[in-house]
Amino acid sequence: MPIRSVPQRGIARLLVHAWPAVLSVTTLVLAWEAYVQLSGISPTALAAPSRVLVQGFEQRHALASHTLATLQATLLGFSCSLGAAFLFSLLLDFFRPLRRALFPVFIITQTLPLVAIAPLVVLWFGFGLTPKIVLVALVTFFPMLVALVQGYDSADHDIEALLASMGASRRRIFVAARLPSALPYFFAGLRISITYAVVGAIFAEYAGSVRGLGIYILNAKNNFRPDLVLAAVFVSATLTLCLFGATILLQRVTMPWTRLVERKP
Amino acid sequence: MSLARLELKSVSKRFGELEVLDDISLSVSRGEFVSILGPSGAGKSTILQLLTGALRHDRGEILCDGAPLESNSHRFAFMPQRDALMPWRRIIDNATLGLEVQGMTRAAAREKVQPLIAEFGLAGFERHYPSQLSGGMRQRVALLRTVVQQRSMLLLDEPFGALDALTRARMQRWLSGMWTHHNWTVLLITHDVREAVLLSDRIYVLSPRPARILRHYDISLSHPRPPAGDPMLSAIEADILQTLLTLEERPCRTFVPL
Ligand SMILES: Nc1ncnc2c1ncn2[C@@H]1O[C@H](COP(=O)(O)OP(=O)(O)OP(=O)(O)O)[C@@H](O)[C@H]1O
Ligand SMILES: [Mg+2]
Repeated sequence: MPIRSVPQRGIARLLVHAWPAVLSVTTLVLAWEAYVQLSGISPTALAAPSRVLVQGFEQRHALASHTLATLQATLLGFSCSLGAAFLFSLLLDFFRPLRRALFPVFIITQTLPLVAIAPLVVLWFGFGLTPKIVLVALVTFFPMLVALVQGYDSADHDIEALLASMGASRRRIFVAARLPSALPYFFAGLRISITYAVVGAIFAEYAGSVRGLGIYILNAKNNFRPDLVLAAVFVSATLTLCLFGATILLQRVTMPWTRLVERKP
Repeated sequence: MSLARLELKSVSKRFGELEVLDDISLSVSRGEFVSILGPSGAGKSTILQLLTGALRHDRGEILCDGAPLESNSHRFAFMPQRDALMPWRRIIDNATLGLEVQGMTRAAAREKVQPLIAEFGLAGFERHYPSQLSGGMRQRVALLRTVVQQRSMLLLDEPFGALDALTRARMQRWLSGMWTHHNWTVLLITHDVREAVLLSDRIYVLSPRPARILRHYDISLSHPRPPAGDPMLSAIEADILQTLLTLEERPCRTFVPL
């Protein structure tokens, strides 16, 4: 079974491909550590990575519970946005004229600066989960919608004509041809949006919230603890990377036929 | 005289200013292998699009078993010029596509297609994806997908146009055998003179755009046809080439064995 052996090879290759990144990150951290140690800069201005690590570890319970809150907001908001984007993409695909009516509105939502909109959303929806979900959905909805609509349009016209010649209905053609054609676009959009989503959630928390990495960062900053700010940043970066990796994994499972192309040396 | 399976009477078609088909008349009888031969861009694929209902003709009549063709009657199994295989479906599922569209469950459709897999030289590749197949194999999958629909007629648009000469020659022989065996009615589009002569009972030669029928050839040689180089086939090939090169309208010529 040639197909079965692919994932393992993929992981082996990932390790081979990952070492330049590991090397560059390690170098960066070491240089940073050396700079802090040698220049004698105050830890309230710039903390050494070793200090960030130690302090972060001491605060691990607080960090973990705040991270969980951020993760929850991110995933909930992102799910809402995905659902809405999918519904609207169907609407825009089946009723073309709606595109010209609705796209400008969606584009306007993208031009709103987060700094201005986040406090407003908090003002309207309070300090709970709702404003975070709204903000995450707001920043990820449009990229996902555009990815889907573009993906549908990327369907091979010959395949659609073939299905029509077989007597397939509009809905059938959509499910059999347009929807699968959109998958690569969908995953490209997913990879970009998932990083926006984390940023969106943290921004909402920063603007006012009870729990979450955003409020943790704000408190650490107000208490002159840049080491804890950096620890939270480190956690959020790790969180984003994990979510990013999850989307790649999901793509591999959902689109097994693309792995075959990759296999060619 | 028995009704033709398919009959085009003075059919014409234009795309805006562009006149593509001008007065096309042809007929295909049940069990016949008919080819349309013409230069690139003449409007050959357009004729098939009229038949599949993707386009409407402007003037003339298209009759199917004597009745006018409604645009969505789906009497034909169509094989597009490019294979149009779905990269995300396995070979077996690409082959069953037409049956699934007709309402058959995937399992039932697979069961029906499975026995033909070996005959189409695809044994062992059922679970592969199209990207893992050679060009010739892809064409066979596309052809399999076409014939299992069990429509009254096959429309093949340059099925071997993208293949190398050797593979093409093999596939032509193979198709000829399959046609004799299965008793299909076929309308084949091609710009390969040798292919048309090897396979067809009748050949319509088109002019460049706007396409008219320059001439048609009835070839009442039995199948399988003699190998390439046979004097009779070569004579027909030469005559068709002459027609295409001089582009004169000439009456029908019939070739019968001596
Ligand atoms: N949908 C369309 N709209 C406008 N013009 C078209 C359309 N389809 C085909 N044409 C034009 O009609 C002409 C004939 O096209 P067609 O595809 O039928 O050619 P063909 O004989 O199949 O050529 P080839 O052998 O290269 O496949 C071409 O000039 C093409 O540009
Ligand atoms: Mg063509």
